[in-house]
Amino acid sequence: MNTATKKSINGGEFLIKETEAKDIFIFEEFNEEQKMMAQACQDFIDTEITPKSEEIDSMKHPDLVPGIFKKAGELGLLGISVPEEFGGMGMSFNTSMLIADIIGAAGSFSTTYGAHTGIGTLPILYYGNEAQKNKYLPKLATGEWAACYCLTEPDAGSDANSGKTKAVLSADGKYYLINGQKMWISNAGFADLFIVFAKIDDDKNLTAFIVEKTFGGITMNEEEKKMGIKGSSTRQVFFNDCKVPVENMLSERGNGFKIAVNILNIGRIKLGAGVLGGCRSVATLAIKYAGERKQFGVAINTFGAIKQKLAEMAVRTYACEALCYRAGQDIEDRMAALASEGMPDAEAKLKALEQFAIEAAIAKVHGSEVLDYVVDQGVQVYGGMGYSADAPMEKAYRDARISRIYEGTNEINRMLMVGMLLKRAMKGEINLFEPAMAVANELTAVPSFETIDTSELFASEKDVIKKLKKVFLMVGGKAAMALADKIESEQEVMMNLADIMIEIYAAESAILRTEKLVSIRGEDACKHQIAMAQVYLFEAVEKIQTAAKEAIAAFAKGDEQKVMLMGLKRFTKGELVNTKELRRQVADYMIEKGKYPFS
Amino acid sequence: MKILVCITHVPDTTSKIQFTENNTKFDKNGVQFIIGPYDDYALARAVELKEQLGASLTVLNVGEAETEPTLRKALAIGADDAIRINAFPKDSLFVANQIAAIAKQNNYDLIMMGRESIDFNGGMVHGMVGEMLGIPSISPVMKLEIDGDTVKMAREIEGGKEYLEAKLPLIAGCQEPIAEWKIPNMRGIMSARTKPLQVLEPVSDETATNVTTYQLPPAKGAVKLIDKDNVAELVKLLKNEAKVL
Repeated sequence: MNTATKKSINGGEFLIKETEAKDIFIFEEFNEEQKMMAQACQDFIDTEITPKSEEIDSMKHPDLVPGIFKKAGELGLLGISVPEEFGGMGMSFNTSMLIADIIGAAGSFSTTYGAHTGIGTLPILYYGNEAQKNKYLPKLATGEWAACYCLTEPDAGSDANSGKTKAVLSADGKYYLINGQKMWISNAGFADLFIVFAKIDDDKNLTAFIVEKTFGGITMNEEEKKMGIKGSSTRQVFFNDCKVPVENMLSERGNGFKIAVNILNIGRIKLGAGVLGGCRSVATLAIKYAGERKQFGVAINTFGAIKQKLAEMAVRTYACEALCYRAGQDIEDRMAALASEGMPDAEAKLKALEQFAIEAAIAKVHGSEVLDYVVDQGVQVYGGMGYSADAPMEKAYRDARISRIYEGTNEINRMLMVGMLLKRAMKGEINLFEPAMAVANELTAVPSFETIDTSELFASEKDVIKKLKKVFLMVGGKAAMALADKIESEQEVMMNLADIMIEIYAAESAILRTEKLVSIRGEDACKHQIAMAQVYLFEAVEKIQTAAKEAIAAFAKGDEQKVMLMGLKRFTKGELVNTKELRRQVADYMIEKGKYPFS
Repeated sequence: MKILVCITHVPDTTSKIQFTENNTKFDKNGVQFIIGPYDDYALARAVELKEQLGASLTVLNVGEAETEPTLRKALAIGADDAIRINAFPKDSLFVANQIAAIAKQNNYDLIMMGRESIDFNGGMVHGMVGEMLGIPSISPVMKLEIDGDTVKMAREIEGGKEYLEAKLPLIAGCQEPIAEWKIPNMRGIMSARTKPLQVLEPVSDETATNVTTYQLPPAKGAVKLIDKDNVAELVKLLKNEAKVL
């Protein structure tokens, strides 16, 4: 993408600035080569994974998943983000998002894939020294070795820095002895390399280590019995005097928590994209089933109640695609900009990811909740068959549920995104206070009777988005003042604010994606996308109203509450949209095409 | 050793087939195109032969600019270079003329293609090219080994298999299981963009057929399920309703 002409905004600034459609990347802009990669990945799933999904989930064939993993390595799928000098493909960030997206349709293998290529490989790529990168990355990029990430402990989940695993330097100073217990470790069963977080002596912060299985002192419990992603290896791992050479410390002593946080930033945005393949395949299954299933003498896809579900699956998936690839490109562009200023590659990548950590958290929460919605409605479209383990929806429903839990629960991520925003505002990195003050002043001023020119596509929708940002500034600004440093303990309000942020980013992304698509293909060719963007925005306004009301009721009283509620009414006033008609139009098109037809 | 693989650019097998312009044109809107599945098997075997014998491998397609992604996929799978004859493939004779012209110039030892395309399923091009070049054309080949200048093949025939040998040069119309279908790897995809893709104009405009109109098969009717214990009912329905007995 040409970054020279692109106006870039910083992470979180979408709440106070307008973005133009031309400045975002949209799914439809992937080039022929990227599309060929995506198709190769889809072919791999269709031939190697989907036909074997029952066997994979049965866990009765211990060589099956490692075998599929090796084949993924042969195709180059495991080294997408690894530079060519270390045996990888050195693809762009958004290309790696696209591959994660497609792999998302692979059920439990998508977790195997994500754990290896993301949290298993990236700590070495971003924090390893040259010797460590040269030694380990080629093995990981080709699939010769499988990696896993050992952070969580029985008593240290969301509060990861409270882990009890210890690392003690040996008397001769040559190695650390690691002792402790790790839990919910994806890929543990067949991993050759473990990224292990432990505290040296009585350090406050964690330190990360690269541990080879052959170092010894590693034992495991049986495979966990899980609700979903049953084919993905998940075990408890025990380190008993595991001897790790000092040169295998990753980065510096005490830097582990920072590594964990930054690697999870990447994991989060990748998970946002990683739900999309699943959303599309479930929507496509539902479309097909609704066309085949007859009740009252007709296919059930002729019923409005079913069309509503099919369309809504598409509307949310479309918005999620829009926000993931918008954020992905923003990250990629920032990486390139920092690198061109002379920053070392790995550092530039980390800085860019840190800059867009708010958007990464949004992608994770939004994506996992869209997937959960889509599988839930998928079960419903299937009716009784949806509840049967003989049909694919039951598995999709179970597999989806973990996405709201791992890579930081959605609750932690909601709190994180608001917390990060407020911290940046306090540090002066993002100018929230001035626009918040302007909105506060607007509340007591005479309402503007300015009218907008609605002849232009999305003029009124963009006006709605602008006002939704005012809702956030009003509620967020007042909450920060009223609750001050207590805000972090008012988690319910934090979650309300997060919901407002998520919906603004998603709705704006859907509108901008569509506007850009119209500029490429023309309005006639994009009528369904326009309908989806309008439906999404309408729903976003409703959700934002609810979240804002809850928050206002929680901290504002009397006149202040009244003024805010009036402001909320003013800022969420919009044309009524006939969502029924728009959804029917979208559903009819999906039925005609027999699949999710928008990417 | 020089191998030419001819590929077709056809709708994905799951595409919904629709026609436009009064049922005279195929509606490409929203259709995903792929390498013809039989051609894909031919290509997969050719890539194996290339690796085994150190052969050069050219892929060819008769098609307009829109077919280039399909050719580049063949390059990603392992072909060395590609030729696109810049014309809509009007019929089998038209396509065969183009292939024969290229083959005469370049003296390929082995020409491989699918037993038939999966759009119009003519299954004639390999035979026509063989006739034009005066070399054997064998189809449907499901196994192909090269030993010196001898080609050992297995061919599917009515009720069994036929094993045969022929000397190079020859043409093989291929089908599975001649090789395992190949997914291009990421490195192959990245290298495809730097491989040569030559665009040539057609040498002849001759056709032998002209499609006047297309018709979709009748929609599938409802399925009646008869209980396995109720054979009498089944027989009655087959006699009276389906009228097949």
